[in-house]
Amino acid sequence: MFPSADGEVRALDRVNLEIGRGEFVSFIGPSGCGKTSFLRLVAGLEHPTGGELEVNGLSPDEARQSRAYGYVFQAAGLLPWRTIARNIALPLEIMGYSRAEQKDRIARVLSLVELDGFGRKFPWQLSGGMQQRASIARALSFDADLLLMDEPFGALDEIVRDRLNGQLRDLWKRTEKTIAFVTHSILEAVYLSTRIVVMSPRPGRIHRVIESTLPDERPLDIRDTPEFATLAHEVREGLRAGHSYDA
Amino acid sequence: MMRSLSRHFLPVLTVVLLLVAVWYAAAVAMNAKWTLDQAARADRSVAPAELVRDTLSQDRPKLPAPHQIAGELWDTTVGKKITSKRSLVYHAWITLSATLSGFVIGTVLGIVLAIGIVHSRSMDLSVMPWAIASQTVPILALAPMIIVVLNSVGVTGLLPKATISAYLSFFPVVVGMVAGLRSPDRLQLDLLRTYHADRSQAFRKLRWPASVPYLFTSLKVGIAASLIGAIVGELPTGAVAGLGARLLAGSYYGQTVQIWSALFAAALLAALLVGLLGLIQRITLHRMGAMER
Repeated sequence: MFPSADGEVRALDRVNLEIGRGEFVSFIGPSGCGKTSFLRLVAGLEHPTGGELEVNGLSPDEARQSRAYGYVFQAAGLLPWRTIARNIALPLEIMGYSRAEQKDRIARVLSLVELDGFGRKFPWQLSGGMQQRASIARALSFDADLLLMDEPFGALDEIVRDRLNGQLRDLWKRTEKTIAFVTHSILEAVYLSTRIVVMSPRPGRIHRVIESTLPDERPLDIRDTPEFATLAHEVREGLRAGHSYDA
Repeated sequence: MMRSLSRHFLPVLTVVLLLVAVWYAAAVAMNAKWTLDQAARADRSVAPAELVRDTLSQDRPKLPAPHQIAGELWDTTVGKKITSKRSLVYHAWITLSATLSGFVIGTVLGIVLAIGIVHSRSMDLSVMPWAIASQTVPILALAPMIIVVLNSVGVTGLLPKATISAYLSFFPVVVGMVAGLRSPDRLQLDLLRTYHADRSQAFRKLRWPASVPYLFTSLKVGIAASLIGAIVGELPTGAVAGLGARLLAGSYYGQTVQIWSALFAAALLAALLVGLLGLIQRITLHRMGAMER
């Protein structure tokens, strides 16, 4: 429950969910369904008024203190006075990695997000998509098993978004991270996830959880297959039944 | 290069020339009465050419002409040994040393207060109103008291003047730095929380670098205020030394040319200091990745 100008707002209500290691779980729903709040609760950035929440067997705050997750925000949030490499070094500096270790990790995550050679650029010299990739590299740099992503591609155009979705999917398969991914886009949710959590608003609830039937190997044109269309339809139906389309 | 030169300097030059022309006209108009009175007393008439010549070369004109001030400036800087009490360089140095000491004290004080205000709610509530109130007291009323009080406890010379400079210059630094240290947005602060950064790390890695552009803006205002403080501080000391003393001595003896040349020296000094800070600002912000403009 969060205080608001007109009293308290129940942002999330009776949410019951377990995310397994190595899963890619998307949270989809209209604005105000509490998907971002849910992610912030997991991250220990907000605190629930009730209920139980465990991250790797720890409380969210303990998980945050043990740096158990990397968080990617809607905006890249790169510090403008640091180069891309120094931006990626930010969490490493705070966590006390040695200089040499920092250098290795920066090089590794830069190539992971295909930004080799851009380390010395300043953020304004990069496109929006590249900035967001740099912010993903930053979240990956300290080897947290869990990646929390809050509409990371929401501000990008569809062409860039398609490409980044493909890259993120590859990255997830290669690194075997657990990813919780908040999105507005049905296509994105279906393409990326092993499980799709459909949420409904006021108060935020989990309306349905849909298991993906898509194969592990997903080229971008998998989105033209009937199987993909069926899943997307299912998600859309779920959103409709959860009154997500009532204005 | 030539284009940018003409683009920047042509408008400035035009304005300067216009001002000089207006100034000469005003000098003739304002000083004419004295020339005419003198002529009337000697019972002779003055031709227009003679009138203009005389109004622009009086010893104690109401408004000295630009070339008189330039001449005096030249005389008292290049023409005198810098150790001489008649050297403007000597007096400017006295004022400059008080200005810089006060500026450093004020800046450090301002930054320390801003850090306190940003990190402590009780300081935010208690210090800020006092800082604002301190600037509503006219410095002209306060300066003599500061000088007298410090004198009575045996503190003389540079420090009382520097105190007044610091009093004026800490304020823009406090205001600017509070804004600067608070300029990181929610996302950046949340980001550091996800790394479990402590307050000192958040300060060093985020708040401080974010506040640097604000700091420079404050410093430019602060150094100009420091100079004013130092000059005001020199007035109640009985016109011993410094640009303020030159101003005061000039007004005692009706030496308008001396007053104006001291004023110009002060203005030049201010321009020099602000320009220097601007240069440091450009270099620093460039190294911090600021976009080229």
